[in-house]
Amino acid sequence: MILSRRSIILSSLGVAAAGAMPNFAYAAAGTPKRLVFVIQRGAADGLAVLAPTGDPAFAAARRSLADETAGGAKLDGMFTLHPALATGASLYGAKQAHFAHAVATAYRDRSHFDGQNMLEGGGSRPYGRDDGWVGRLLTLLPATERDALAIAPAVPLALRGAVPVSTYAPSRLPQADADLIARLTSLYQNDPLLHPLWDSAVKTQELASDIGGNNGRNGAELGKLAASLMVPADGARVMMVETGGWDTHSGQRGRLAAQLRGLDQLIGALQTGLGPAWKDTLVIVATEFGRTVEVNGTGGTDHGTASTAIFLGGGLEAGGKVSADWPGLSPAARFEGRDLKPTRSLESVIAGAVAHHYALDPKRVMATLYPDA
Amino acid sequence: MAVHYLAANRFGLGRRWDDPAISDAKGWLTRQLGEYDPAPTLIAGLASRDAIATAYVDYREERQAMRREAADMPMSDAEKGMDPELRRLSRSEIRRHYVDASAARLATAVASPTPFPERLVHFWANHFAVSADKQTVIGFAGNYEFEAIRPHIMGKFSDLLIAAVRHPAMLLYLDQAQSFGPDSAFATRVRNRGNRQAPGLNENLAREILELHTLGVRTGYTQADVTSFAKALTGLTVAGLGRGPGQRLMPEDARPGDTVFIEPLHEPGTQTILGKRYDQRGAKQGEAVLRDLAVHPATARHVATKLARHFTGDTPPPALVGRLAGDFQTSGGDLPSLYRTLIASPEPWEAAPTMFKSPWDWTVSMMRALKLPAFGERQNIPALFTQLGQPIWRPGSPKGYDDVVATWAGSAGLMQRVELASRVAARIGDRADARQLAPLVLADALTPETSQAIARADSPGQGLAMLFATPAFLRR
Repeated sequence: MILSRRSIILSSLGVAAAGAMPNFAYAAAGTPKRLVFVIQRGAADGLAVLAPTGDPAFAAARRSLADETAGGAKLDGMFTLHPALATGASLYGAKQAHFAHAVATAYRDRSHFDGQNMLEGGGSRPYGRDDGWVGRLLTLLPATERDALAIAPAVPLALRGAVPVSTYAPSRLPQADADLIARLTSLYQNDPLLHPLWDSAVKTQELASDIGGNNGRNGAELGKLAASLMVPADGARVMMVETGGWDTHSGQRGRLAAQLRGLDQLIGALQTGLGPAWKDTLVIVATEFGRTVEVNGTGGTDHGTASTAIFLGGGLEAGGKVSADWPGLSPAARFEGRDLKPTRSLESVIAGAVAHHYALDPKRVMATLYPDA
Repeated sequence: MAVHYLAANRFGLGRRWDDPAISDAKGWLTRQLGEYDPAPTLIAGLASRDAIATAYVDYREERQAMRREAADMPMSDAEKGMDPELRRLSRSEIRRHYVDASAARLATAVASPTPFPERLVHFWANHFAVSADKQTVIGFAGNYEFEAIRPHIMGKFSDLLIAAVRHPAMLLYLDQAQSFGPDSAFATRVRNRGNRQAPGLNENLAREILELHTLGVRTGYTQADVTSFAKALTGLTVAGLGRGPGQRLMPEDARPGDTVFIEPLHEPGTQTILGKRYDQRGAKQGEAVLRDLAVHPATARHVATKLARHFTGDTPPPALVGRLAGDFQTSGGDLPSLYRTLIASPEPWEAAPTMFKSPWDWTVSMMRALKLPAFGERQNIPALFTQLGQPIWRPGSPKGYDDVVATWAGSAGLMQRVELASRVAARIGDRADARQLAPLVLADALTPETSQAIARADSPGQGLAMLFATPAFLRR
């Protein structure tokens, strides 16, 4: 267990631990559930991830990018999956992938930083909360399922909250010797910031020492790393993986294909690495907002509104389906005349998937994850 | 109130091992404003914009040539094996500029006799962040800080803003170099020839200037303001780099890497931004908008907040923010006047060391403390900072690195610092005495507890590693 021994210590980020008692009433029997949140920072273009090629306005709006998904899997009469998502397509065929289209958080402006803050914090306005929806979810989980870890140098907002969370960033430096570690442990003993950070660093290093050479940059390596941190009996049960590079203002065709290849391999490596645990795993891939319906002057797309979220795993409620209350792409059907109009809230879609995954009361999950909604 | 510690670490970049004792901390900081050298020798010898641009063009042409050959005739296995090597060689020319500039930046910070202005250079470079993620930006990133930021940090905010916006690194990073007026003479001509995809607008730079560089997010500007501002900026581009059709319109005397204004790419007509009409023609239109934005009350507030945060902590005291914002407005954005206000204000001197040093600050202060070099001559400087989680000039977004404790205070990051301190200490061994160094670098913030822990170390090397990992040394 990474954190159980000091689960009563306040999180390093200073959020009070009030109301953090785990709830055992809904604890799932037997196999512990796992959750992976893959954040796509930079606004991934949902209209290229899962292109509405059946929409009559699509080709005219997308012009030079209209054939961006040529050769990709046709999921139904309306949607074509980007060809780089080959693993995604086969998981869809196996009813282990679900795509939610035309979804957005409550955020309706176009700043990455505000948008990511809303996606992670789950508040009703930017910077409205200093904890995140995953962090709040942890308070609903049984003790055996609430060890959370971010592959990042510091705790991302989504994971912040009353329950302490570890971070792990692969290190290629030689390890510090055990004696120095022990002396610093005593030097940091009374330091409210350094004490919990150091405690967690030392424990994570012990757990992850066998993959120290992995720099985690490549999608497959990152997925492998995440899986390796979740597989052990005392490994993490909730994981956040950071991906960046989705802000395709120019040259979208090649850049997005490369991004999606990395994401596809990350997912493939997670599935392979988790092995039998895949059937008890839910992977959520989401971005802060989408991109404009029209292509801009530089073969790219600008900041938009609704996008696509991806749900993967062995026990999905609606695997092998695309869910969308499709608004259409004609100029009149768009949000502010330029963006894909959001027709469902990303918050409720995420809460629904999480509630099903953990067999929790959906109302309670919604109220905990998104208390301001 | 650890005045000496705060002057050296919060305002400066850490005490150097050979710094003379400071009696008057505020006087010492104020003097630095006059003694600041915008072009120290360590960076004067670096490659010019022209050379950097040429390296990029050569690299691109080489790659194109390779692609053409590959299309014409099937390559032998040996040739296929050569490809990446050639690519790496040519790429290394661009990378060399980045590596050299990174090393020069670090050496300048470590040697600097004016660490307060040096910290301000880093602050402003992060405020007007470019990120060396794009191939075109990598070589220019250092030149950007040295030529657009350094010379202007002791002037008006408006001149700093305009210098930053007009530098090729910014124009390339935020796609301005390829943004064309939709109704410009050039776009109209292309459209009339029947091309479906006429060159068009890219609003990236305009949006980030409003959101990040000047007014700040959610200060009342609209999507229409962003679009009009983007139109006002059209025409501003970089010579000799793009492959776009606009390259044929470049002035003949423009050298690769020059910032140029191309009238036929500019959107004609009046633009209305924040309710004000701009009917200037050509480049004057965008500049007029920038000059207005630079003195806007929201900009004063935004800049004041960021500066106050940098010198007090995550939640800057409203009184200090108000004082700096007022000063910004009465002085018309005179930056040295803001710096003097910071020195004279009580708030930066009141708080205990709460801020967590960034990896850059921490490494620089460690190197300043040591008489002997912390690293070998062949140390790859960019790789070092990538490893520590703060790649130089590569924050990954135009927002720059977030200036709050949570950005840097992570468990993995802390372990990496301890590991690096161990490595440096192993190199230095007993050639530095941490017991003597501690009172010098931690000054009036050295606690008996820390002093004792260092004195009880099992070796001089371990003592040194502990000094760099003490709570006071990790903070500022």
